[in-house]
This record gives sequence, structure tokens and C-alpha cells, in this order.
Amino acid sequence: MSYPILSTVIFLPLAGALVIFLIKRSNESLIKWTALVLSLLTFAVSLPLFTGFDKTTADMQFRETYQWVPSWGINYALGVDGISVLFVLLSTLLTVLCVTVSWNSIKDRTKEFFAALLLIEGSMVGVFCSLDLFLFYIFWEAMLIPMYLLIGVWGGPNRVYAAIKFFLYTLVGSLLMLIGIIVLYFNTGRSFDVLQMMTTNYPYHLQLLLFWAFFAAFAVKVPMFPVHTWLPDAHTEAPTAGSVILAGILIKMGAYGFLRFSMPILPEASREMAPLMMVLSVIGIIYGGLICLGQTDIKRLIAYSSVSHMGFVTLGIFALNIQGVQGGILQMINHGIVTGALFLSIGIIYDRTHTRQIADYGGVATVLPVYAAFFMVFTLSSIGLPGTNGFVGEFLILLGGFTASNVLGVFAATGIIIGAAYMLWLYQRVFFLDVNPKVRSYKDMNLREVLTLLPLLLLVLWIGIYPNTFLSFMDASVQHLVQRVNTAGQPQMAQQIIEVIR
Amino acid sequence: MREALWVIPTLSYLGFVVLALYGRGLTPSRAAVVGVGTVGISALLVLALAIEFMTSPPPGHAYVQVLWQWMEVEGFRPPVSLRLDALSVIMMLVITGVGFLIHLYSAEFMRGEEGYSRFFAYMNLFVGSMLVLVLADNLLLLYLGWEGVGLCSYLLIGFWYRDPENGYAARKAFVVTRVGDTAFAIALFLIFTHLGTLDIQEAMQQAGRTWGADSGMAIAAAALLLGGAVGKSAQLPLQVWLPDAMAGPTPVSALIHAATMVTAGVYLIARTHVLFALAPPVMLAVAVIGAATLLLAGFSALTQWDIKRALAYSTISQIGYMFLALGVGAWSAALFHFMTHAFFKALLFLGAGAVIMNLHHEHDMGKMGGLRTQLPLTFWTFLIGASSLSALPVVTAGFYSKDLILHNVGTSESGSLWLWGAGVLGAFLTSLYSFRMVFLTFFGEAKGKASGKPGPLIRIPLVVLAFFSLVAGLVEMPSLFAYAGLDVHLFTRFLQTTLPGITASPLPLSVEIGRELIIEALQLGGILLAYMLFLYKPGIAGVVARTPWGEALQRLWRSGWGFDRVYSVFFIRPFVWIARVNREDAVDLPYVGMIWAGFKANRFLSRTQSGKVRWYAAGIGLGALVLLGIVVLL
Repeated sequence: MSYPILSTVIFLPLAGALVIFLIKRSNESLIKWTALVLSLLTFAVSLPLFTGFDKTTADMQFRETYQWVPSWGINYALGVDGISVLFVLLSTLLTVLCVTVSWNSIKDRTKEFFAALLLIEGSMVGVFCSLDLFLFYIFWEAMLIPMYLLIGVWGGPNRVYAAIKFFLYTLVGSLLMLIGIIVLYFNTGRSFDVLQMMTTNYPYHLQLLLFWAFFAAFAVKVPMFPVHTWLPDAHTEAPTAGSVILAGILIKMGAYGFLRFSMPILPEASREMAPLMMVLSVIGIIYGGLICLGQTDIKRLIAYSSVSHMGFVTLGIFALNIQGVQGGILQMINHGIVTGALFLSIGIIYDRTHTRQIADYGGVATVLPVYAAFFMVFTLSSIGLPGTNGFVGEFLILLGGFTASNVLGVFAATGIIIGAAYMLWLYQRVFFLDVNPKVRSYKDMNLREVLTLLPLLLLVLWIGIYPNTFLSFMDASVQHLVQRVNTAGQPQMAQQIIEVIR
Repeated sequence: MREALWVIPTLSYLGFVVLALYGRGLTPSRAAVVGVGTVGISALLVLALAIEFMTSPPPGHAYVQVLWQWMEVEGFRPPVSLRLDALSVIMMLVITGVGFLIHLYSAEFMRGEEGYSRFFAYMNLFVGSMLVLVLADNLLLLYLGWEGVGLCSYLLIGFWYRDPENGYAARKAFVVTRVGDTAFAIALFLIFTHLGTLDIQEAMQQAGRTWGADSGMAIAAAALLLGGAVGKSAQLPLQVWLPDAMAGPTPVSALIHAATMVTAGVYLIARTHVLFALAPPVMLAVAVIGAATLLLAGFSALTQWDIKRALAYSTISQIGYMFLALGVGAWSAALFHFMTHAFFKALLFLGAGAVIMNLHHEHDMGKMGGLRTQLPLTFWTFLIGASSLSALPVVTAGFYSKDLILHNVGTSESGSLWLWGAGVLGAFLTSLYSFRMVFLTFFGEAKGKASGKPGPLIRIPLVVLAFFSLVAGLVEMPSLFAYAGLDVHLFTRFLQTTLPGITASPLPLSVEIGRELIIEALQLGGILLAYMLFLYKPGIAGVVARTPWGEALQRLWRSGWGFDRVYSVFFIRPFVWIARVNREDAVDLPYVGMIWAGFKANRFLSRTQSGKVRWYAAGIGLGALVLLGIVVLL
């Protein structure tokens, strides 16, 4: 590799945002094409991460380390391992699709919209690549502002309420994390180096405090029950691209945070808190699903389904075994693909009908059969039908969860019944039945829209039929992580006893 | 030849892909050629494979084909692999054979319907998934086929999607079976975490070694698998979805909800019989569920007016027989009845479909009658189907399979006279409701006028299925026939390499003959009673039905013993209620409360900024006092 891939992937979109700011406001098509070319270029630049990744090692790869503020121990340190690499790729892919789906639907302040989108992309990738906590925090917070604007400016009727709610929730969480980061800094010999923290053993009571400080930030992002209530408002009111980024990437950062920071840095506290986390996850799975059954707004229903699905993710992660964690990571990717696709699909029909009310639909399958077929595949993946990616992730998670706790595994499994109930109900009311006069005159998807959904459809089937392509990325890293969590801090006694027995 | 095993399900999937991608660009005839053709070629391939399997069996009577590694996570590495053995050969023969005939029938039956190519796309997807289900060598792949056929069932029940009722029936079928599927999934977790594999053969061996007979784990695992089986096979207590599933087109009812998919539960138990044999309480549960279901559904079938619903209850009842057989360890008897049932029940559904089509979508048997002369071929084939269903002695296939089940239930060590009695009573009910259908539909005075006659694509499947409904039983003769020199046990012998025989205590000849006579008397009595009640003196049935007791019973039976109502009260309504009440998400209330408190505090405090100097002065004074007080007191 002759160029620093990760820095390029981060700063190319940021530079793109700058270029867009320089374009004349009236030249909309140039703005759009710039955004498209740059997002495509960023995706292309990120592809070597897929092809050139060494799957045999748990070490960080594609590393870049430069001193930034030496006197404070702050470095510009980037790198990816099996846990983060796929998220970088997912981010660059989804951004391209966000650009294409917004092509005609954003009519107001086009320039700022596409600039914000590229800003978000750069900082998202930064979050997944940072190996320095200071740098990480900057990217983490940098995401918030363009996201806040995306919801607040281009969102639906209740956008200001949703944007402020989103901002306050995440800000409160982030501030607690900031305190945690500072405490860690002083306890690591004034260093923000994540890799160093991963090998340091902190006293248990400190770990516990830090765990909750980080929990505040990560649980809000995931979002875990009971701090999930910002999500339905934000997802519902955000413009299509905003919902896709939120559901596809942003909420993954919470779960990613657990995997990258909480678990390896605070292994004992994570192990002790895991049962509680699993209980919260299972509550989220069932509670989120039950609320879906009562929704009348398509986007709100999908938003609550995210609460349920992310419950599966955290359940798998805190099962603390390899099946569970790998399933959790894969399910994050899956959820990004499928929920991203569902929001894209809703955006496609919303561009025509300008309504999100389920009652305004009906008979869409008759009017837009191709669209209905796409939506069906994503629905099936969402309810975890074998052959789609959703099944692989959910099955591994439940297998891991069941291994960790039979009872919780069984409760979580009931979530897949509820999932089938609300998704099929939604599908029937929107796509089946007699044609609602309100949707009678609309055209099926055009080429741009088909090309937007097609990559995701192929990924749904690819991961469903041959998930090993993606699971193999995680093997080494997850093994390393699980081992760290499960063996850290165990008294030497136990090992001596084992020796004696041998 | 064996190496081509993977081609068989792939062909159907290929048909699905072609129809799904290009279906709307194809003329109906071409769509039908793709849809029917792929299944037809599969059927021929299966036939060739079966012949090869019988003439030169593979070593160990099984051939495994590993296609690729599905997933691989730390010891959990289920492959996509297919298994050819006696059990899967039988299943494949029925699925592709009957499946082909029903596809052929559909080509004419569905002509002119909106979504003609979509119909064949779903049907092909179904056949492919069903083949994966029976060919799967590990439980995870079996689960894939299992859910795949569930999806197709959903799509095809709701095929005419404009009617909300059909959509409701489709969702009901999917969600109710998914309750069972979840139990099945939990069984997989249990099996994997304790036995370390999902490979069926390996897991069965491990179960014997690790768990042993009558151990808690074996019982739990078998009970959970049973949960999956009762969901798919519409047995108590999850039978409620099947009668409603009749909302789908009739060929769908014939293929999915009679001949193949609903027997997947039977297949699952037979496939994992080693595990069930380790769990005697679960075996007893299987037998009792089968016996109870066959009786309850038999009574319900008796009171239906919709011809398809009557057949649906009959299907539930007949699968009850298969469960009864499984429960006493008579694995191959269950499979034998599965095979004959596939022929005669598909025949009955297709015949009913022909009647319905020619009577302009009339389902109500009360408005039929006298069709014997108008639709002679349909009549004769339907009569053959009904006779086979009623197990008319010697000449029908149903006789041989039902006799084998009852014989095994009567002689098996795990059988009992109670179970036998339930089966015999069920046999009486079966012939009663079967011939009620025949007499109401084809005899008596004509109430409707049939329009036209079924075409060749409908007639050929009817005739072929009628032929098999008569002769398919000859491969396995009752043990009594041995005395007459007819010691034919081809079916059980063929399956013996996969499914062990039954441990039975032989009965004295006189007892056996006596029992046989009781069965035959009741079966023929049922037909006779049907003749009396519904043809000779139709008034009697009406008089009985109009008594208060008669009416109450009728209502109870017709509604399928009120299960729907119970589920509605205890599950559906509470869920819907919670969902409705909590639409706004109660967890959000504290946060909304904070906003409210913030606004209130703002309003309160902003009132203090009144612009009146006296108030400010008073405030300053009061504040100074309080502060001074605090300083003094502390």
C-alpha cells in the first residue's frame, strides 16, 4: 500500500465537503455530482481494506501513528482490526447510497446537505479507526453537529424537537464518557493510547466506575433500553439519508464502543456487568418489538424495530463467547444493511407520496411490483429468515446467548416471533390489500433507485448464503478479545490449581 | 448419477429465479413451461436416483454430498450438505412426483389469474425448499428448508392479496408456525451446546452416548423438537392455522397444506427418531397428541360446509394418525401413511378444486349436489380418493397404511388399547365425514350448474393420482395377509436401513382377526351411516342438529373446538392491548416529564422578573436574611 488508506478515507470526504462549499449554490448538479464522485472515490479507496486485510492476526493493521501534542501525550493514531474494518467499509458504501437516494428529494439548501453528508462520513470513519482516545472523542463529537443539522434542517414536521432531543441525549452521555476518558488518561501514565490501555490492568473499583461512565455514552448510542427514546423521534423525523446514517452507522458506534473500549480496557467490570447488560438487551428486544405492533407510522415502526434488533446485538456482545460476539458484530453489519435498505426504500416511496402513515398505503405491490419485491427481501431479512443475512447473525447471537444463559436465550428467541408479527403486518398493510387511491398513479422504481437498493440486496443474500467471507475477518480479533475478557484479573491461584491437577 | 443430487433442489430454485426476474416478461404458457418443467425434470431425476439407489445402494445405504461450508465460528461449522438415504428417497419421490402433478394441474387451474408467473415462482421456491428440508444432512440446513417452506406457505396463502382476510390467514399461518419454529430453534441451541454438533447422524449418536435413555436433556430436546413438529404439522395445540390456510388457491392447499409441507413435522420426528426413542415421556406425548388431534379434527371435519375446510380438518386428522404411529415407534408406518395420504389427499383437493372452479368459486357443499352426472371424471376420482381416505378394505391404498398404523399401535410395547381405540374411532369418523362430502357434493339433487368440463391438464393429474390412491398400498401388506401367502413388506424393508422396525409382541391370530373385523365394521359402518344421514334420510341429521345439544356441539366442532377464541382471549388481545396502550412508549414519559418540569420552572422563575423594584428589593432583603440565618445557625 503506497498511500495511508485510513487517513485518505477520513479526509477525502472532508476535503469534498470543502470543495462543495466552494461551488456556487445555484449549480446544483455540479454539487450533486461532486458529492457522488467523491463518495464513490472514497468507497473505492476503502476497498483495499477488504482485499488487503490480513485475517490471521488480531493486531491492528493499516496503522498510522504521528505525534500530535507530545506534551499531553496525544497522538494521531489510526488502525483497524477485525472488529472495526467492516464498519469502515459499511460507512463508505452507505454514504454513496445516501447520495444517490437524496438526488432529487433534497430541494432546499442542497449545497449544505451534501457537504454535511460528507462531513459525517469522514468523522464516522474516524470514530472506527481511532486508536487514541483524544482523537476518538473529537471524531465522536464531530459527528454530532452535522447530524444535528441534518435532522433539524432537512427533517420532517417535528424535526426541531427530534434534533434537540437527539443532541441532548447523546451530549449527556458523551460528557460522562469525557470524564471517564480523563480519568483513564491519568491512570495510564498520561497517555491516550488505546492499545496501551488494552494491556493495562486497572483496579476493579476504578474499572467499575469507568464502565458506567462509558456505558452512559455507548448505551445511549446503541440505544439500549431504557435510554432509547431519542431514537424513534430522530429516525422518524430525519430525512432519508439521515435515517440511513443513523440506523446504519451511528447507532453501531455504541456497540462498537463496548467492543473497542469497555471490554478490552475494563475486562473485569465488563464480565461482572455482562449479566445485567444481557437482561437489558432482552428487555429491549421484547419491549421494542411490542411497541412496533402499535405503530401507525412506517418510519417509526422501523425505528422501534431497531431498538429490538440492537437488543440482539448487545445480547450477543455481552454473552462474552465467540459465537455471541461474532454474531453481534455480524448482526451490526446486517442491521446496517437491512435497516439502511428499509429506510432507503421508505425514502423512495416517500418521495412519491409524501406520507409516512401506514393507513395511506395499501396495494403498493400491484402498482410498484419491483419495489415490492425488494422490500419483501429486506423484510424477510429483518425477521431473520434463513438464507438471508439476518438469520446468520441472529442465530449466532442466540446460540451465544443461550450458551451464556439458557433462560435469557429462550426469552430472546421469543423476539423472533414478535418480529415476524409486526413486519408481516406492516408488509400486508402497505403492499397488499386493494390499491389505495392515493398510490394509484405512481411509477415503479427508476434505474437510480434500483441501483441504490441492489448492492444491499446482493449483500443480504451473500451474507445469508456464504457468511464466511465476513465472519473470517473477525475470527482472530474476536478470539483475542474474548480471551482477554474472560481471563483478565483471574487470580493466579486458579492457574496454579490447574497446574497441580495436571 | 448420485453426484447430481444437488441438481434436484437447484432446478426448482432456478425456476424460481427465472420466474422472479423475467416472469412478467413471459407469456403465461412460457411461464408455465418454466414452472412445471423444472419440477418435472426434478421428478425424472429423482426417479432415476431412486432406481439407482434401489438397484445399487451406496455403501452404508447413505450418500452425503457436502456443497460448501455455510458458516464457521469456533467449533460451530454447519456445512451445506445433502444426504441421500432411504428416507429422503421416499420423501423426494412424493414431493417431486405429486408436486409435478399439482404443477401440471395449476397450469390450467390458475390460467387467467392475475400474477400467473408469480404463482409458479412461489410454487417452485416451495418445491426447492421442501427438497432442501428432506435432503439436509444437518439440522441447521433442515431449519433453512423448514423456514423456506413456511415462507412459501405464507406467500401462497396470501396469493390473492387484495382480500384482507387472505392476508390475515397468511400471517396467522406464519406466526403460529413460528411459535413452533422457535421451539425448534431452541432445540438446536440445546443440541449444539450439549452435543457440540448439528450434524443429524452425529448428534443422534452423541445423544445416545452423552445423554442416555430417559435423561432430562434428551427429554427437553425431544420436547422442543416436538414443539416445532406440532406447529408445522398443525397438531394440537397449534393446529389453528391450517383451516384458515385454505384461503390460498386450491393447488396450494393440495401441495403444501395436504401432501407435503404439513407432514414436515412427521419427517422431522422420523429423522431424529433416535433422540425421541431416548425420551419415552415425549414419545407418549407424541402418541397422545396424535390420538387427540385425529379425534378432535375428525369431529370438526364432520360439521364443515366449506369443502376445503372439511378437507383441511381431515388433513389435520390424518396427520394425527401419523403422529400416533410415531408415538408408538412405528416410524415406517407413519411414513407409509404419509405417502398414501399424499396421493389421496392431493387427489381430493384437486377434485374439490375442479368442482369449485366449475361452480364459479362455490365452496359451500350445501349449495352443491348432483354433480355426479355433470362432472363424471371428477366424481369417480373423488370417490376413489374418499374411499382411500376411508380406508376401504383391500382395494384402496389408505387401507394398507391405516391398517399398518392401527396394527402397530395395537401390538407395540409402547402402544395401548386406549390409543388403539382412539385410532379405530377416528377411522369410523373418517369414513363418515368422507362420504358426507361425497354424498353432499355429487349425489342428491343438483343445486348448481357446472360450467364446462375440466381440461386435460386437470384430468391427467386426477387420473394418475387416483391410480396411485388405489395401488400405492400394495407395497406393504397387513401381517394377516401372510397367512394367505402374501408376505409383502417392501416399504418397511426399504426404510429399514434408516428407520428401525418396531418392537412388538405378536398377538394370537384370533385377536388379530377380531380387531380387524372391528375396524372394518366401523369403517363400513361410517360409510353406511353417511349414506343414511346425508342421502337416504337427510331429515334425520337435521333433526339431531336442531336439538339444543346438537346445535351447541355443532357450533363447537365447526369452530374447531374454540381454540381460536381461547388464543384470542389469552394471547392476541392482551398483546394488541399492550401495543395500543403503549404506542407512545411509556419509557419516554420521564423524559417528557423533565421537559415539562423545565418549562414550568421557567414560567415560575420568569414571573419573578416582573420589573417591579419593590419586589426585587424585598427579594434581596429576604435572601440576605436567609443567608444570615444560615450563617448564624451553623
